[in-house]
Amino acid sequence: MSDLLLTLLLTLDATLRVSSPLILAAMAGLFAERAGVVDIGLEGKMLASAFAAASVAAVFGSPWLGLGAAVLVSCCLAMLHGFATITHRGDQIVSGVAINILAAGLTIILGLAWFHQGGLTPALNNDSRFLSITLPYAEQLAFIPVLGPIYKELISGHNILVYVAFAIVPLVWWAVFHTRFGLRLRAVGENPKAVDTAGLSVIKLRYQALIVGGILCGIAGAYIGIAHNAQFTRDMTAGQGFIALAALIFGKWRPLTVMLACLLFGFLDALAVRLQGVEIEGFGVIPVQFIEATPYLLTVILLAGFIGRAIPPKAVGTAYVKER
Amino acid sequence: MNRDARISWINRLLLPILNVVTAFAVTAVVFWLIDVNPIEAAEVLLYGAFGYEEGIGYTIYYTTNFIFTGLAVAVAFHAGLFNIGGEGQAYVGGLGAGLAILMLDPTLGAWVFIPASIIGALLFGALWALIPAYLQAYRGSHIVITTIMFNFLAASLMVYLMVHVLRETGQMTPQSELFPTNAWMPFVHDVAAGMGYSIEASPLNLSVILALVCALLVWFFLWQTRWGYAVRATGKNSTAAVYGGIKPKRVIIVAMCISGALAGLVSVNELVGYQHRLIMDFHLGYGFGGIAVALMGRSHPLGIIVAALLFGTLYQGGAELAFEMSGVSRDIVVVMQGLVILFCGALEYMYRPWLIRKLAPVVRQSELAGVAL
Amino acid sequence: MIMKNYAIELTDIDKRFGAVHANNKVCLQVIEGKIHGIIGENGAGKSTLMSILYGFYQADAGQINVLGDTYIFRDSHQAIAAGIGMVHQHFMLVENFTVLENVILGSEGGALLADGLAAARKELTRLGEEYGLKVNLDATIDTLSVGLQQRVEILKALYKGAKILILDEPTGVLTPQETEELFRIFAALKQQGVTIMLITHKLREIMSITDQVSVMRGGQMVAHRNTCDTDREELAELMVGRKVLLHVDKGPANVRAPLMTVKRLTVADNQGVERLKGVSFELRAGEVLGVAGVSGNGQTELLEALSGITPLTSGSVQVLGMEMDAKHPLSPDILRELGLAHVPEDRHRMGLITEFSASESALLGYHTDASINSGLWLSKAKVDANCEQLMQAFDVRPADPHLKSANFSGGNQQKLILAREMERNPEVLLIGQPTRGVDIGAIEFIHQRIIAMRDAGKAVLLVSVELDEIMSVSDRIIVLCDGAISGRIIAADADERTLGMMMANALDPIDPLQAMNDDKSSSNHSTQEVQS
Repeated sequence: MSDLLLTLLLTLDATLRVSSPLILAAMAGLFAERAGVVDIGLEGKMLASAFAAASVAAVFGSPWLGLGAAVLVSCCLAMLHGFATITHRGDQIVSGVAINILAAGLTIILGLAWFHQGGLTPALNNDSRFLSITLPYAEQLAFIPVLGPIYKELISGHNILVYVAFAIVPLVWWAVFHTRFGLRLRAVGENPKAVDTAGLSVIKLRYQALIVGGILCGIAGAYIGIAHNAQFTRDMTAGQGFIALAALIFGKWRPLTVMLACLLFGFLDALAVRLQGVEIEGFGVIPVQFIEATPYLLTVILLAGFIGRAIPPKAVGTAYVKER
Repeated sequence: MNRDARISWINRLLLPILNVVTAFAVTAVVFWLIDVNPIEAAEVLLYGAFGYEEGIGYTIYYTTNFIFTGLAVAVAFHAGLFNIGGEGQAYVGGLGAGLAILMLDPTLGAWVFIPASIIGALLFGALWALIPAYLQAYRGSHIVITTIMFNFLAASLMVYLMVHVLRETGQMTPQSELFPTNAWMPFVHDVAAGMGYSIEASPLNLSVILALVCALLVWFFLWQTRWGYAVRATGKNSTAAVYGGIKPKRVIIVAMCISGALAGLVSVNELVGYQHRLIMDFHLGYGFGGIAVALMGRSHPLGIIVAALLFGTLYQGGAELAFEMSGVSRDIVVVMQGLVILFCGALEYMYRPWLIRKLAPVVRQSELAGVAL
Repeated sequence: MIMKNYAIELTDIDKRFGAVHANNKVCLQVIEGKIHGIIGENGAGKSTLMSILYGFYQADAGQINVLGDTYIFRDSHQAIAAGIGMVHQHFMLVENFTVLENVILGSEGGALLADGLAAARKELTRLGEEYGLKVNLDATIDTLSVGLQQRVEILKALYKGAKILILDEPTGVLTPQETEELFRIFAALKQQGVTIMLITHKLREIMSITDQVSVMRGGQMVAHRNTCDTDREELAELMVGRKVLLHVDKGPANVRAPLMTVKRLTVADNQGVERLKGVSFELRAGEVLGVAGVSGNGQTELLEALSGITPLTSGSVQVLGMEMDAKHPLSPDILRELGLAHVPEDRHRMGLITEFSASESALLGYHTDASINSGLWLSKAKVDANCEQLMQAFDVRPADPHLKSANFSGGNQQKLILAREMERNPEVLLIGQPTRGVDIGAIEFIHQRIIAMRDAGKAVLLVSVELDEIMSVSDRIIVLCDGAISGRIIAADADERTLGMMMANALDPIDPLQAMNDDKSSSNHSTQEVQS
């Protein structure tokens, strides 16, 4: 089997891993924004739930309990965001920023107080993490040309949360476009007054959207904390929540295109990591700082809209007020 | 006092105070959660901030930074923009200040170096805000996301520069060489000594005067000039601003550049005033703190100075706390910042209906003061 | 006497919003199967009353009876279940949903959409045939005309089982011909036993279509009449509380040189759709040129293009000695300096800044004026003095420059804006919907000031959807339909029927430049008449 194919497969393999939390967070953002609520706090929710997952998994030794804790914490923060922006009609962006900063500080403070390791959580052993799953017959089928290695390297061998992330996308698509809940959700984001006069509760619908987002962010955080890594470290989400938002805008708030946008980010990030330390003719080694800056640079370039204008749901960003 | 005046007092004084008190109350709960006595913590904190001369110096030194970033966020708020890029703008401002100093002839006097470094900081800070501003104005790119990205980009850029380009020859640590002494902003304790007063040494330097001057200038700009009027009109209603002959795109760019420039001045306090060389991570926390300060101070220079003093107190007190108590780190100040942003920003009006019902209830009158149905 | 069944019986409904007593012990009885009109000025409380009936708000006190049963509506859901349907003034439709999706929103018939959609389609087709409400179920709302969108709203209400249909100012966005069509639908509904409640301030409609009418004023229900027992004058007087001048006193126009010449002005929107298609006309000193037309036919684009807010796509405008076209735009500040003033259609969106004090709103557009700036400094004292002077000149109440702009009534806000624009002594004045949401006393004042400007030799362009206003204030009238001028007429010759036909573009097409020449010769004619 050629080197090039193997390199490509390994890069794509890394792509899937890097994209998973982005996809989950972006789907969370999709529910919120389709309902008319901007959620800048995806980053904070992911960070807080990564911490919750790592802490609970360390204490109780079970990754599933960790996942549960992550989802719980993320939903609590989602409810806080809802309380501020829906019930009290506060500024949605300020609320998101507050949640991000709170998460950044509280995770360290609580980590320090509980584990005395300078803000880290204890390193997890394999039993407390989500590990790679080898799909059936991966080794045996590896001999089939092209398809075999694809199955073995690319599709098999991820942890369960990666599979969950990709399985969720068609689920989200179906929920948003083919169910009653999805119809009402989209209506609330376009014209909340129409929803109100139809006898439905704008407030309830928006809270529901935020809860779904909370669950998805919790899974994303658990992935970062106990699947991809083996402990919590300071600021470990490193801006992925914002990159997910950029992917959401770039993908025009539609589940499939958003997933593709996340994959694009993941691919370029994985590619950049591959190029680390590699000598390029006539140029030398690309500085590691540039490699690290790639996802952020890409986000700015994509947002600069050189690839088409993005029109968000009409009522996004404003609280709903019954007018006199 | 008639009802309108009462409501004005509620909005301007009572509500902000109540919000800050709530933030403190929740912090107390956090302390309790980590097994620290809140009262004890408060005592240590206040002692650290005001209990000894050096501490007071540090407190005002930190306050200076918060004034700069608070003003920066406030100017952007008035234009209707959320500048979260203060971190990056402060960092890159340092590059401007540092380059201005390092590229000039060391024999020049302080009269050249100090203004040059200030201008360098202003220019580079503004530059780092210019691109997100341009993208928002002309391409509709969400400024919140782009400024956050630029924070990350600033970190990468500055690390690269300090490791590969500006590093002092022969040294391992990524930092520049020492600035010539003529390029040092005078310490307050030195100035005091020159006047015959003896104060404990601290990082407090004359940048604090610069900060207060900036506060005055920002107030004048926003409320006493036609450009400030244009900025505030754009922020409140950009459609009406266009109608009024104002060009919102221009306003966005000018306001953000002013905002970035103000944030860049943090480097004057830190680098020109204390570290005397370009170092890494001198900017950490001030950008986000500026958001809390601006929200608490309701985007008015006077409120910002008061809020900045509070956060300077927390910063210095927090250091003392981390020193005295092993279970607490300085991150408790970050938690406080988040709580202030939450209660003074997102939940700004949470108490308002209750306060109005209790203190300024509706009195049935036959004459309605022209309120529309 | 035969006991009639009441579809709706409201007893002593009371509602306050803070200090405002929106509904003050209101009683109402609507007979089943009849068309019942509710009239009142803006702010009389009729919309609040209907919102309570629809469950949007809850009354502080009072009783609601629907078809004999007493109800307390906590939300619209319960009102809908009781058989009440409402068609709002501003449509409650999701623009990028189809008609079908909009109708089933809230009554989807199950968690999965597929079945609900199929059932709805059958029912809607039936309803459409029965009441003459045919509409393409799969079209998205943003592709439908306003009249068709209104049909969707009516279908929505009927689909949810409305036996009582409330319509809030339904004809404000319709041409006279579309209004006739709507009244035919009312007749069909009435035949099927549906009760209709019509909220409007248009006396003509009340007289032509309703069986009973109730009058509200200042939050109270002041009168009930059988429509056949009353007339327009009595209703107007009941609405206002005093004798009302329905016409404006004005002398003949003294028309002079053209101050603005518009040639083939075309404006396209962001999607490239032409909203204004090759419009040409002249505006002369000493006259009021009225622009009539149903809202949404290019009036907004016209005002915004002429005032420099929106760029032209093609064509040119010569104004006060300068010319602007697609390649050479003139921005609002430059036009202001030339002597053009603009009172925008939407005062909240554009005319003032609700968060600012009256003083600062009174500065909008003139903040760079040399008279209040000394070098860098914008003097607060001078700004306040300017505002006080404006308030005095136009009797704005309360005369407090520091009061927040939002706290003034609609009429006073409008007067402040007019003062700001008129007191600068412009040569050309563009005005959009000057009396929208303004009480009758202020309307008279505003009309008099417009005539005063015209008599002082200024050129006034008056854009309004109120035909009465256009006919009584203007000297000449042009009609916009679908972005083009569909008719030109001098005010003296205009009546509702002719204007209505022009608004619906039912007359022969006119060559605009030929029409301008006709205008010239006709105005020469009128000035000759005056001189002789």
